[in-house]
Amino acid sequence: MPDIAIRADKISKRFTVHTERATSLKERVVRRKASASSFYALLDVSAEIEIGTTVGLIGPNGSGKSTLLKVLAGILRPTSGTVSTHGRIASLLELGAGFNGELTGRENVYLNASLLGLSRKETDRLFDAIVDFAELEEFIDNPVKHYSSGMYVRLGFAVAVHVDPDILLVDEVLAVGDEHFARKCVAKITEFQSEHRTILFVTHGLAQVEELCHRALVLDHGRLQFDGDPYFATQQLRKILGTDEPAETPDVVPDNGITFGKIVFSAQPGGPPQEEFRGGQPLAIRVQVKIDDKWAEQVDTVLAVVMGLHDYPIWSMTATKNALPRSGGDWCIDFVMPECPLIRGRFVVAAQLTSVTGEAIAATRSSHAVRVQSGHDFVLLHVPYDVCATEGAIA
Amino acid sequence: MAQTTSADKRARAQRQVRWELLVGLIRKDLKVKYQGSVLGFLWSLANPLMLLVVYTFVFQVVLKSGVPYFGYFLLSGLLIWNVFSGSVSFATEAVVGNAGLVKKVRFPLHVLPLTPVGFNLVHFALQMLVLVVAMLLTGFTYFLGWGLLLAIPAIAVAILCTVGLSYLVASLNVRYRDTKHLVEIALMAGFWLTPIVYSISLVQPHLHGWREIVYFLNPMSGVVVSMQRAFYAYDVTLAGGTKVLADPGYAYYLGALAIGGVVSALLLWVGLRVYHRLAADFAEEL
Repeated sequence: MPDIAIRADKISKRFTVHTERATSLKERVVRRKASASSFYALLDVSAEIEIGTTVGLIGPNGSGKSTLLKVLAGILRPTSGTVSTHGRIASLLELGAGFNGELTGRENVYLNASLLGLSRKETDRLFDAIVDFAELEEFIDNPVKHYSSGMYVRLGFAVAVHVDPDILLVDEVLAVGDEHFARKCVAKITEFQSEHRTILFVTHGLAQVEELCHRALVLDHGRLQFDGDPYFATQQLRKILGTDEPAETPDVVPDNGITFGKIVFSAQPGGPPQEEFRGGQPLAIRVQVKIDDKWAEQVDTVLAVVMGLHDYPIWSMTATKNALPRSGGDWCIDFVMPECPLIRGRFVVAAQLTSVTGEAIAATRSSHAVRVQSGHDFVLLHVPYDVCATEGAIA
Repeated sequence: MAQTTSADKRARAQRQVRWELLVGLIRKDLKVKYQGSVLGFLWSLANPLMLLVVYTFVFQVVLKSGVPYFGYFLLSGLLIWNVFSGSVSFATEAVVGNAGLVKKVRFPLHVLPLTPVGFNLVHFALQMLVLVVAMLLTGFTYFLGWGLLLAIPAIAVAILCTVGLSYLVASLNVRYRDTKHLVEIALMAGFWLTPIVYSISLVQPHLHGWREIVYFLNPMSGVVVSMQRAFYAYDVTLAGGTKVLADPGYAYYLGALAIGGVVSALLLWVGLRVYHRLAADFAEEL
């Protein structure tokens, strides 16, 4: 199955509590029937990850994220279930694991690359790129024990991402290093995405998940609680953590008179649904509603709010008069933008039907998040403006 | 399809022991060991030299065993024994000592117990070179002859036996830390049970028939006497009428090595099986 990079089939991992384990022959003989207490770090976890996708793995502390990563990396053996992977795996479980302090940076690069499955020739070819990425040109021939922790971590990351992996497993290491290096790491991951490599990473940065991932898995107490859109995954996690806010727009429909269809994102109204957009491209948002005559009369406005992380509203659009359902029936209300604003990240849309008195009649929200990727970083909204300076007396 | 096979190949490189990786790890150990020492590699000669002085004093001066050129006799057997005992004793720490790596990196675990063996073989080669040069310089040239070829099967059996035992103790020590202590004691006993500092001719009168076979079930006995035949090779009769060498011919040694070889092969099979079984849980147990 070449299009699946990682397949996990009903993986469970049981750990025996360490103090109960016989670690010497004497204990083994004396306490043959030691009361073994054990717990499941993973329970019946199944997932398939297609080649070329980026998947975030999130969950509260102790939910089994690192255990799952280690099982997938082939470091831990699952108690039951099977794992199959396709291609070379680079696991960044700890940066610089396996470095020897006495050896120089150069020697450690060669040794580490060799452990990860690279031949000497391949390492020769990649060496300059590794050193360049780690920004350690001057220190590469110094023993690693004299490196600062930042330098150590940089070299570890540089080696791991340069071993040309097909699958990259990352465990919360993107948070290390200074901001400059953290940004470089994220840039490297984006580069991997464009090269169609498979990435699975554990993180607590929910914004990172929504920004980088195509998909997210939520683990809680060793069970897979959610597998799907990152936007909803982070919501699910907030629910587990108890940090979610009460939904602002409950899915209220007063009676059977109003039924919402899906909210569809596409390039032009009625076009094929799209999940990814680029800032500057046309964007059409279609709200579908089935309404009866009685309610159709009451609707005064249709409000659509585009919301980002934490349901923070980005912009809103209203439909009035002719753009409203004029009688009972099935209606599509299309909000059409010739240019999607230069934003970045994942967004959902909430729609609300409002009465003349301004009361909400019914509301819905999109079941999928749409991903917008703009050419620029750090630009939230492109707002045209002029600026000038006038000479004169100041108050 | 081409992409698929290359991905499979790359995945295999992470699972199989490659020669380059083994050499890299041995070089690391050598480098770390001699880092910052002025004499460096020369220190590897210090241990056999010290043993040489002590045993010569005890056996030649105090006990008057009367073996001529005792130093050459001793080193012929001692150096290969040191490969065996040094490797096995280091191998107990091969997995435990690399816990950081085992728990965090996906790499071919089977390389770990091979590293101490390679490390000791490098020292062995150097020490044998010094021994041979010393024998040539002092005109002790009995070893120049066909008997020298016995060294090849002898070293082969020694490596087989060492690797097998190394795999066994490396994996067992992960679960039962007593292994290390047990190995130390067993190696000490093995040293005196193997005819290294004394001539096999002293025990030979008691070895006939099945007893001889039992004696050579210790693969290192066959290895050590063969190495003595290959390098000491001085077929001298002592004052008491006993000889230093077990046998002036070759067949005796080949027989001993055959028994040792079978035992070693068995040891390797068991060692690899045990290691393979336990390796899947190393990361968890460490």
